Amino acid sequence: MDQGHSKHEHHTPGYGIYIIIWLVLIGLTSITVTVAGIDFGMIALAIALFIAAIKSALVINIFMHIKFEEAIFKVFLLVSGMTLVVIFLLTFFDVYNR
Amino acid sequence: MANGVIAENNRSFFEESTNRHSGILSWLLTTDHKRIGILYLIAISAFFIVGATFGILMRLELIAPGETLMGPQTYNSFFTLHGVIMIFLFIVPGLPAIFGNFFLPLQIGARDVAFPRLNLLSWYIYILGAILVVTSLLLPGGPVDTGWTFYIPYSVRTGTNVSLAIFAAFVLGFSSILTGLNFVTTVHRMRAPGMDFFRMPLFVWSMYSTAWIQIIATPVIGITILLVMMERLFGIGIFDPSLGGDPILYQHLFWIYSHPAVYIMILPAMGIVSEIIPTFARRTIFGYKAIAFSSLAIAFVGYLVWAHHMFTSGISDTARWIFSFLTFIVALPSGVKVFNWVATMYKGSIDPKPPFLWVMSFIVLFSIGGLTGLVVGSLATDIHLHDTYFVVAHFHYVMFGGTGTIFFAGLYYWYPKMFGKMYNIKVANISVGLFFVAFNLLYFPKFILGYQGMPRRYYDYLPEFTQLHLISTIGSWIMGITLILIFANLIYSLLKGAKAPQNPWGGVTLEWHISSPPPLENFHEIPYVDHEPYDFSLLEKMKNESH
Ligand code: HEM
Repeated sequence: MDQGHSKHEHHTPGYGIYIIIWLVLIGLTSITVTVAGIDFGMIALAIALFIAAIKSALVINIFMHIKFEEAIFKVFLLVSGMTLVVIFLLTFFDVYNR
Repeated sequence: MANGVIAENNRSFFEESTNRHSGILSWLLTTDHKRIGILYLIAISAFFIVGATFGILMRLELIAPGETLMGPQTYNSFFTLHGVIMIFLFIVPGLPAIFGNFFLPLQIGARDVAFPRLNLLSWYIYILGAILVVTSLLLPGGPVDTGWTFYIPYSVRTGTNVSLAIFAAFVLGFSSILTGLNFVTTVHRMRAPGMDFFRMPLFVWSMYSTAWIQIIATPVIGITILLVMMERLFGIGIFDPSLGGDPILYQHLFWIYSHPAVYIMILPAMGIVSEIIPTFARRTIFGYKAIAFSSLAIAFVGYLVWAHHMFTSGISDTARWIFSFLTFIVALPSGVKVFNWVATMYKGSIDPKPPFLWVMSFIVLFSIGGLTGLVVGSLATDIHLHDTYFVVAHFHYVMFGGTGTIFFAGLYYWYPKMFGKMYNIKVANISVGLFFVAFNLLYFPKFILGYQGMPRRYYDYLPEFTQLHLISTIGSWIMGITLILIFANLIYSLLKGAKAPQNPWGGVTLEWHISSPPPLENFHEIPYVDHEPYDFSLLEKMKNESH
């Protein structure tokens, strides 16, 4: 599957990278779970989201291969991503001020 | 069907199909964007008629206080079904799926959309979603009674078929996303040579902005629905406070989709208005770029205002004033459009044919709807008006008076092009007039009722509201007659109407350069575009094009 574009071939990461990323993802998930058990008060949510953001960046870039794609895909993805960030921020105006 | 004028020995798309089948199969397996547009037209009109029937029956129940036609449980199911059908099956898919499919490729000089098979698939997904909605009525448990918003916690606890109904909304969302993907790609990749972004007709701009909202916003409702299912089926606490969830989170997620969705409903309508006004005023549009960019601005700011539906739900004060402020900002790009349309008509040579009359009635009704939106967008007044008939009046003015009216405007504008037949102009003029009267009789009293305190979603009311409710019900009867007139005129002309010429209104965008109905692949030769979309000096030259 990964060999699709021959001109991108040298960018395709090997299975080793995939396994490392997978382990990192599992590690981050267990951190999220552990952190949820500690009472961080207001910033607990921010920590959870921060870890989730790192995880999705890894998945999007490596597993979904965006890192090796043309600029136009990155632009469109960035637009959607920024929309999501703005939506999060606006929701926080509610959650953090109730 | 042998229809209409045929260009240069060429057959129209009715007579030639993209597959080797004939009859009904040639339609059900078609990949022709025009045929798919017509398939959508048939399905969506059918659901509109069903939804309107529910509305008229509800009005009948409300003709007098007390139970007249149906009890509370039936009424609850009626407004839910009416809302679900009108929103998910009529107004969200409506204009993009019918007119976007049919005219987007024509207006940019393409032979089809970018992914014709995907296009057919999205029609099938739409039909599947519709079947699920209908099934949810018939299964034991009974029709949904939550209102079209499916608010938590009630929607988790009611015994009615909520799971199936929201799953239907989930499926319909995919149809919407696929259509959006198709249109974005089509606009980027399939424009005729010379057709740069600023030579695109404004309808194409509006479809482009809409498509982006469909792609980015629709997944949110999909995820929300999955979460509700997890809660209903497995008891995982996400929204229900008794399970440790947060019911306001549901409202956030629901409106993060559903508010942008109201721009999915209105932007295409604004695009069609921007087509019709120049054609009938014989003038190029005033402020082309302002209109084009205000579509994008509306699409963008539309993401930032969702919580104005939640002012009374217990969200924080900070959030309330921020969202109220942002709501007022959306009024700006909408205002830009209305002023530009009016300025286009100024000193134009106006030809008041039915499509133009529909647009005039749109401008009045939509402005009333938009301005009362500011009333409910202000914090103080919304506390009083939230969940009253004022809101029911407001959203019917924007959705029905706005997009619904333009559904008819678009139909009456492009019908001769789609079917190659002309309807009865006189009857059409009468329908517009009747529609305007019926509409205001039906909905204006609701503003007053709401202001006086009549809550929405009740089958019964206090005696002092009787008179206004009666007026509204009488309005619903005239509306029913008008709707019959509107559709009967078109169906009659399909069977018996005169042939329509290639360019009945004197439009100049690309669809008027080809025969009515268009040939299978639209253009014998892909046109080269070297002028603005609304350059009426072209009309002289176009006279020789007609066949
Ligand atoms: C013949 C035309 C129509 C009539 C007579 C009608 C009438 C009504 C009535 C009586 C209600 C219930 C009010 C209540 O008890 O709260 C209602 C609700 C509603 N209508 Fe209509 N309507 C019509 C057309 C439309 C159209 C064209 C749309 C949208 C495009 C629409 C969208 C809605 C929605 C979303 C609701 C709210 C449902 C809910 O509360 O969950 N209606 N309508």
